[in-house]
Amino acid sequence: MTTQRLTPAPPEGAWLGIPPFPKAVKTELENSTQRKNLRHATGTIRAKRAVRASEVHNWEELRTAGEQIKNRVGRHLDHYLEQAEAAMTAAGVHVHWARDGKEANEIVTRIAKEKAVDEVVKIKSMVTQETDLNEHLERNGIAAWETDLAELIVQLGHDLPSHILVPAIHRNRSEVRDIFTAEMGQYGKAAPEGISDDPPELTAAARAHLREKFLRAKMAVSGGNFIVAETGTLVIVESEGNGRMCLTLPETLVSVVGIEKIVPTFQDLEVFLKLLPRSSTGERMNPYTSMWTGVREGDGPQELHVVLVDNGRTDVLADPQGRAALRCIRCSACLNICPVYERAGGHAYGSPYPGPIGAILNPQLRGITSKVDQALPFASTLCGACNEVCPVRIPFTDILVQQRHRVATKKTSKHPTIEQGLMKAAGWVMGDGKHLASVQQGSKLAGRVFGKKWIGPMPVPLVDRWTQARDVEPPPTETFRDWWKRERGDR
Amino acid sequence: MNAKNEILGRIRRALADVPKLSPEEDVPVDWVHGQPLDTADILADLVEKIEDYKATVVQVGADEVAQAITDGLKAMGSQQAVLPDGLERDWVAAVEHAGVRVHRDEPPLSHTELNGIDTVVTTCAVAMADSGTIALDHGPGQGRRALTLLPDRHLVVVRADQVVSDVPEGLSRLAEAVADRRPITWISGGSATSDIELSRVEGVHGPRTLYVILAR
Repeated sequence: MTTQRLTPAPPEGAWLGIPPFPKAVKTELENSTQRKNLRHATGTIRAKRAVRASEVHNWEELRTAGEQIKNRVGRHLDHYLEQAEAAMTAAGVHVHWARDGKEANEIVTRIAKEKAVDEVVKIKSMVTQETDLNEHLERNGIAAWETDLAELIVQLGHDLPSHILVPAIHRNRSEVRDIFTAEMGQYGKAAPEGISDDPPELTAAARAHLREKFLRAKMAVSGGNFIVAETGTLVIVESEGNGRMCLTLPETLVSVVGIEKIVPTFQDLEVFLKLLPRSSTGERMNPYTSMWTGVREGDGPQELHVVLVDNGRTDVLADPQGRAALRCIRCSACLNICPVYERAGGHAYGSPYPGPIGAILNPQLRGITSKVDQALPFASTLCGACNEVCPVRIPFTDILVQQRHRVATKKTSKHPTIEQGLMKAAGWVMGDGKHLASVQQGSKLAGRVFGKKWIGPMPVPLVDRWTQARDVEPPPTETFRDWWKRERGDR
Repeated sequence: MNAKNEILGRIRRALADVPKLSPEEDVPVDWVHGQPLDTADILADLVEKIEDYKATVVQVGADEVAQAITDGLKAMGSQQAVLPDGLERDWVAAVEHAGVRVHRDEPPLSHTELNGIDTVVTTCAVAMADSGTIALDHGPGQGRRALTLLPDRHLVVVRADQVVSDVPEGLSRLAEAVADRRPITWISGGSATSDIELSRVEGVHGPRTLYVILAR
C-alpha cells in the first residue's frame, strides 16, 4: 500500500542509490544535455568570479585573513562555541546541540510538533541536505517546502541537488518549464497556462507559487552562513529574498548550523562578506544579507532556535591536516573551476557536497567504510585549480593525496593487492643502482624479442587494462647506461 | 552525557595537538580591520555600483529630497505606500502629493495587508560604495523587517554622510546596532536569481524594484 506523500518524492534510494564515482560517472557522462548545461554554466560563473576577484586590490591578503580567522576558530572551537551559545541564549535564542544528523532532525521535528504545524518553509541549507531533514519531516507528517528557486526545481523535479550554490545547474530552461508545468499545481499554485521557457517567466511563476506558502507559514527552517561568537548574531546571505521571507514572516524560526560556522567577532565578517559573494556568484555583493541577534519584539519570529550540529565534523577536526576542510564557507568556486566536476556533474559524487570540496569532506565526515567514500579522493586529476580559487585557501590537493593514502592503507591492510606488489618491486628496483642495472639486462632481452614492433593489446591480467587503449613502444635494446659507457667511456 | 558535553569533549580530544595558548596568540591574523578604500569619489562609486545591479539612483540636493520622493513614486507608478515611523514630515507630505495612499504600521499591519501595498519608503543606516550595498538597521525611518520585504517597490533615501567606501567601514558603523540586538538587512540591488542557466533575472521574492535617492 502506498500512502499519499505531502511533498514530491526524491528519486528511489536518493543518495544511497548512487554507485561509487567511477561507475556513476559513466552514466552521467552519457547525459549530453547535462554536460552542455554544465559547460555553459561553469564557464560563465568562472569568468565572473575571476573579474570580481581581480577588482579587489588586496585579494590575496583577504584570502589569507579568511584562512587565519577560520583556523583560529577551528583550533579553539570549544571556546568559541561556548561563547556563541552564551551570547545567543542571552539574546533569547534556544540553543540545541546535535551529535549527528538524526539527532538534529529529531530536534527540528519535535519543535514542529510542539508548534502543531504540518508544514515548514525552508531556506536553502547544505546541512539539512546532509541530514536529509526533509524526508524525516515527511515521515512525521510535516511538509518541508524548499523556497530557493533552484531547490524548488530540484524538489518539484523529484531530483537531487548537483551543486552547492546552484543545485539545479544540471537543468536547462526547457526542463525547468516542463517540471513547473507538470508539478506546481499538485502542491500549490499552478504555473500559468502555456508558460514559456523564458527565465523571467519561470521566475515569476515561482514567485507566485511560493508567495502563498510564505504568507501562511508558521515555522521556517534555515541553515546559517555565520554565527558571530561575540554577539550571538546569525548571518544568512542570499539572492532571491526567499531567505528574508522565511527569516521574517513565520512565528518560529529554527536554524540548523554546523559547529564550524563560527566567526569570532562581528568585525571579522568584513573578510567573509567580501570573499564569499565574489567567489560564489561572482557578484560584488549578494542581493540580500540578513543578520539577527536574538528575538526583536514586534519584528520577525518571536521564537528562535539554533541547532548546532556535529555530524562528523569533530572527526574532521581530529585530523591536523584534514581539518583545513572545515574552513569551507560553501562558495562553490572549487566546483566551478574543476575540470572533473564540469564533466561529471554533481550527482556522481553521491553526496550533497560534490566537486573538490566533496572529495575531501565526505570521506572525512562520513568515514571511509563505504565504496562511495573510498572512491571520492580519487575523483580528481590533482590539477590544483581549486587551491587557487578557494577564498579560504584550503589545500585541496594535499588533502586529496592524504585521503588517497588513507583509503589505500585501509584497503590493503588485510588484502595486499597486485598493484601493491608491483609498487614494492618497483621500490626495490629503484632503490639501488645495481638492482636497476640487473633488471635492465632483462628489458634489453625483451627489446630484442619485440624488435621494432609496438606492443598492442595483450591478454595478460592487469597489463590488458593499459594496453586495451594504448600501444606501447618496445623496450630499447640498449639501456642509457650502456649508451653512456659507449659514447663517453668512464667519464 | 548530554549532547553539548559530548560534542565539546569530542572537540577537546580532536584538538589535543593544539598548544594551550589563547586563540589570538595561537593563530595571529595579519589583517587590519575596518580599513577604508582610497576611492577618489565615494558617492560616484556607490552610484555606479548600484546602477550595475539595474536599480535606479537619482542624486539630489539635501533640500530636494521631498520633490525627488514625489517624482520617484510617480515614476514607479506607486498606488499605495507604507511609511515607517520616523520619516521626516515633509517626506510624508511628498508621498501624499504624489497621489499615493499612505499606510502607517500602527497598529501593525498584517502580512496580507502589507502584501497588498505596492511601495515602501525608508531611510537607511549606512551605504557601502564598493559593493553598492545599502544597510538597514531597522531603526527610525526604516520600520520592521516585513515592511521592506513584502511591498514590491522599495524607495530608499541615502544621505551623503551615510556613505562609506567599503564593507569594513560599513560593519564598524553597524556595530552599535548589533550591540543593541537590532536586526540588520543588507540590500544590494533588487532581489535576483541566476538559478536557471545562470542567467540573471531581477526580481524574485523581495522588492523587484529598488529606487535610491542619494541626497548630497
